[in-house]
Formats: sequence, structure tokens, C-alpha cells
Amino acid sequence: MSATAPAPSTTTMTYREAVRLALREELLRDEDVFLMGEEIGVFEGSYKVTAGLFREFGPIRVRETPISEEGFVGAGIGAAMMGLRPVVEIMTLNFILVAMDQVVNHAAKIRYMFGGEVGCPLVIRTPNGGGSQLTAQHSQSFEVFFAHTPGMKVVAPSTPADAHGLMKAAIRDDDPILVVENLQSYKVRGEVPDDPDRVVEIGRAAVTREGSDITLVAHSFAATRALRVAERLKRDHGVDAEVVDLRSLRPLDTETVAKSIQKTNRALCVDEGWATYGVSAEIASRIQRACFDDLDAPIERVGLAEVPMPYAKQLERAAIVNDDKIMAAALSVLDLGPDVFSY
Amino acid sequence: MKLTNEELLEMQRRMLRIRLFDERASKMVKRGQIPGTVHTSVGQEAQVVGACMAVRADDYMTGNHRSHGHPIGKGSALGPLMAELLGKATGICQGKGGSLHLADFAVGSLGESGIVGSSIPIAAGAALSSKLLAQDRVALAFFGDGAANQGGLYEAMNLAGIWRLPVVFLCENNQYALSTPAATVTSGRIADRAHGFDIPGVRVDDGQDVLAVHDAVREAADRARRGEGPSLVEVMTYRFHEHSEGLRLSTDYRDAAERDAWLARDPITLFRERLLADGVAAAEALDALEAEVADEVEAAARFALESPLPEPEVAFADLYTDPSAAEVAA
Ligand SMILES: Cc1ncc(C[n+]2csc(CCOP(=O)(O)OP(=O)(O)O)c2C)c(N)n1
Ligand SMILES: [Mg+2]
Repeated sequence: MSATAPAPSTTTMTYREAVRLALREELLRDEDVFLMGEEIGVFEGSYKVTAGLFREFGPIRVRETPISEEGFVGAGIGAAMMGLRPVVEIMTLNFILVAMDQVVNHAAKIRYMFGGEVGCPLVIRTPNGGGSQLTAQHSQSFEVFFAHTPGMKVVAPSTPADAHGLMKAAIRDDDPILVVENLQSYKVRGEVPDDPDRVVEIGRAAVTREGSDITLVAHSFAATRALRVAERLKRDHGVDAEVVDLRSLRPLDTETVAKSIQKTNRALCVDEGWATYGVSAEIASRIQRACFDDLDAPIERVGLAEVPMPYAKQLERAAIVNDDKIMAAALSVLDLGPDVFSY
Repeated sequence: MKLTNEELLEMQRRMLRIRLFDERASKMVKRGQIPGTVHTSVGQEAQVVGACMAVRADDYMTGNHRSHGHPIGKGSALGPLMAELLGKATGICQGKGGSLHLADFAVGSLGESGIVGSSIPIAAGAALSSKLLAQDRVALAFFGDGAANQGGLYEAMNLAGIWRLPVVFLCENNQYALSTPAATVTSGRIADRAHGFDIPGVRVDDGQDVLAVHDAVREAADRARRGEGPSLVEVMTYRFHEHSEGLRLSTDYRDAAERDAWLARDPITLFRERLLADGVAAAEALDALEAEVADEVEAAARFALESPLPEPEVAFADLYTDPSAAEVAA
């Protein structure tokens, strides 16, 4: 290369604004795209993600629904099968359980079960997350239920740039995708490239911090936490942690994770959801095979305690994943702290 | 339905309890003593109490996210409810449930669900148990106009219809689900939907009138108790507060004239006037009742504020009947 390409210009925005920008750009680009969900129009969405879109695109393309998740997710599937590109908002991930049958028994299986004749280019977007004392039914991060399901794709960005690029990729993708946003991430700020044609490839993890001593593997808001903990590890213990932000849970980028762990020889998986049968279980299984001879310590994981989320602050604190718990777990993997994995 | 003076005054007492309890909770949200938010039944007290007092103390009831009033209407003590909102060890659910998940089994309150519409089939199940165990208990399922568009309601109504279950499906139609006007998302009238299941469906147009609600629910409950099956009662009402405390909606989704007209019809004021007009009680007696309830709510708040926090181990208790089944993870 003789001349260096000019650095792409970027705009600083919140994660929330980045999702909104992606939706707007795709609504403008493709008239088959439409949005559907509770309170997304006049009210502009419970978390204001769709602010301004109803005014700009009107009630046909920003379609408000009753509280009928099974009904409107199913309607999204039917419309997608017929070639439209619905983007269905579920107010929070918790409420998707009402529509589980539509997602798992239909959206995920249509192309396969019907012999490849039609697909289901449906996007379901919804925030997960806990930690605000919203209790057992309103604090969940069970996106792994969907990552467990062949036929579904699942992405869970942690930065504004990824939220923007992955949302656009999801809308353009021909298969059903769950885009997991996060309640805590909505206010995260970052640079987003000014390029309506840029997408982030689905199925690619990102190394968001380079290091040589341990790999922290995470997705969604846990990836933001992992970066914070990596800085603390450096400051307080001189440890260089590498952070791999999975970004995509299915397909899962084993290669990027394995490469990192081959370098650091230690790994801690961090997940806001339950660890048992979770994302971290999948990572550990793949890594023990890919990195069998590289590991200096067992692959460990830290997640929500194996209980529904309790309400009272100190009970919630006892159950959730926070920076301190990640820190203690990382030190344990590094043999720099007490064993916190005795179960 | 002839009610005794004691019963009439008890209605007013319970409406006042709900009003003052929820107003107090609202204040505690503002002061940060209650985390997050709560959903109040302020303005809907007649609808709640009229229904709760039309069933027996040992009848069952399920609630939703707006459910402090339901156990109070059914006769719960206020202290443990308030303590639960504050996440205290003395809370009715030991601080594990919070505002969204109050349950007071002592008064037949089988628990609130924060998932819209999801507790309705559970009421049908409680009614099934009543039938199978040859009890004569009725189950009262509270849900909103928004929940009326969840499929589970219709599965439960059909089950209750074919099995003649003693259920009263009670739709609290406060005309909005969050900011969505029921009229824009509801095809037909909610009460009329019962007809498709060949069960009675009635609408109480004035849900601010506690006696009107009481009579309609009493008829449905008596019918259920006689073994004649379920009914749907839709009650028209209005919430005086925002969807949840502290929530500021960016749009003025409720018409000012509409709001003023409903605010002018405060169910507690209306009933007070009626009690006076009918000579059930003198003004002094009603003033004393109000003062008594205010003291009761203050005492509940004090109890909640002074109660200890739960021990962290409580977070790991009660997952299974046999604690050894629980796994621990980092
Ligand atoms: C399945 C599900 N979808 C969405 C929500 C979010 N949500 C909570 S309350 C509410 C509105 C409920 O309206 P309504 O049933 O009329 O009860 P109201 O609040 O008016 O008493 C919504 C949409 C939820 N809790 N559960
Ligand atoms: Mg309502």
C-alpha cells in the first residue's frame, strides 16, 4: 500500500443512540424493514431506543403492539417468511419467555424443517441485565437459551460501535437473530464510524484489551466490566489481562478465544447470567480441546449465583456478578488470591 | 346485597389503607428508601376493595405488578408488606420478592407476578384445587386491560369454562397499559370476550363505586361457589398516579379533560359522602377512621424502617425443599 487511507470519521454517542442510528439507517435503506413492539411509537420505547422514529417513519413502519408477545413475535416470523424484515422489540429479555415457542419452535426451525425453501429474516432486539433491584422476573440474562438453539443466531454487543454494526448486520442477515442489548450498556459512550454501509460481521469476537497473563472472556455488559477489572488488575497487581469480547454467541468465534488463551495460558469466563449450562460452559468445553496443552490453570467462570435474583440490596449483591467478584475470581485463576471456586 | 354498617365501614377502612399505604410508599420511593419504583393503586381503591370484600377471607387471589392493594384489600397486615418494599428481613417474603412479588398466603394472596398476564392461569389452578379437594373456595384473578391481550388469559378462561372452575377473572380496566390507550390495542370489549367461552361477562362502568364493584363480583363469586363456573368482570377505573412512581412519560398520553373528570371522582371521597348520606356513620366517626388508618400506615412505615436487613445467606435459602439439592457456583 502506498497511500494510507484517511482515518474514518467517527461520532461519539451512547450505545442507545448507536442502536437507534442503526435502526434509522436500515429503515431508510430498505423499505421492507419495519419495527414492531410495545410502546415503541409515541412513547419512544421503554428505554427510548426508538426515539424520533415514529415521528419520522409513521405508524406503519413503527408499529405499536398490544402486550401480546407470543402474538407479535409470531406475526414477525410470518412477515419475515414472506420476505419482509421485521425488527421486533421485546421490552426486556424477561418477557420473551411468553414467546419462547415462536422463537424456538418456529423462527429457528423454519428454513431447516421446510427443506430450505424459505427463511426467516427476523430480528428480535431486547435488553438483558440486572443489578437494579428489579427482582427475580425482571433481572435476567438467559440469552444462552437461544444460543443453545440451532437455527438461531445470537449477538450481544457491549460497545456503541458494535451495537450499531451488529444491529445493521442482523437486519441484513437472512436468518433469525436475537440481538441482546443491555440496560447498563445503554448509557455507555463510544465512537461510532460515520459510515452507513459499515456492518460488524456476525460470529467474530474482538480482543478489546491485549495482555499476556490471563484472558477474560465475556459478552454484553460483562465485557465492559471485564475491561474495568483488567485495568484494576494492572494497577493493583501488575497483571496484564487480555479481554475477549465475544460479541456473538452463536456462531461463536472459538478461534479468537483459543488464540488468546494459547498466549495467556489462563482463562476466566464472565457472564451476567447463571454459569451452570451457560455460555461459560460452552467456552470451557471448546477451550479444553483447543488449548489442552496450553492451560496453566483450570478454566474458571464467574456468573450469577445459582438462584433467582433476590430483591434486597445486600441479597442482590450476594447473588450478582460485580467487579469485586470478577477481580477475586481472576486473582484465584492467577494463583494470586484464595480459591473462590470450591464447589 | 345488604351489607352491615360494619362491613361498609370496613370497606372504607381498606380503601383508606390502600390509599395511604401507596401514598407513603410513593414518598419512600422519592426519598430513596424504596429502591427503583412501585406501581400504586391510587384511584383504583374501590375496584380493588369492592372485589376483595366480595370474596371470603379464605378465598384465593392472584395479582400483578400493581398489587399492594390486593393483599391489603384482602385484609393483610401492613407492616410486613411495607417491610418487603424496603427489602427488610421482616418483609412478607423476607426481602426476597419486593414490590413486584408480594404474597401473603395468610389472606389467600398467592403472589404477584411482574410478567403481564402470567398469574391468571395460576388462579385457575388454585380454583381447581378447591374443586378437587371439595372445598368451596373461589379464586379471584386480578389483571389489567393490557394483560387482557395476553393469550394465557384465554387458555385459563377456557379451562375454567370446561372444568367449571370457581374463578372470577377480574379485569382492572384503568384504560391504559403504560402509555398505551386500551382503545388502540383492544379489539372489541373485554367483558364481551367471555361470551365466546359461554361464561358470564359483565362490565362495571363505574369502578369508582365500591358497592357497584362489590355487587358484580359478589354475584360472580356466589355463582362460582355454587359450582356454576367462572365469570369475567371488567371494571372501568382510572389510575391517579403515573404508571409507576417517579416515571415521567415524555408524552402527554392522557387527555387533560379526561383525567380531570376521573380525578374528580375519588372513590374514597365518593364513598364517604355516601356513608354520610345513608347515615351509616357521622363525620366525626369517619374522621376518626381516617386518623386511625393514618396511624396504622405510619406504624407500618416505622416498623419497616426500623427492621433489620436480611442476612446475605438468605440469598441462597429456599431454592429447593431439600437444601442439599442446591448447587453453588462462584
Ligand atoms: C409479558 C410482559 N410484557 C411487558 C411487560 C412490561 N409491562 C409492565 S406493566 C405493563 C403495562 C400493563 O398494563 P395493564 O395490564 O393495563 O396494567 P396497569 O399497569 O394498567 O395496571 C407493561 C407493558 C411485562 N411486565 N410483562
Ligand atoms: Mg391498565
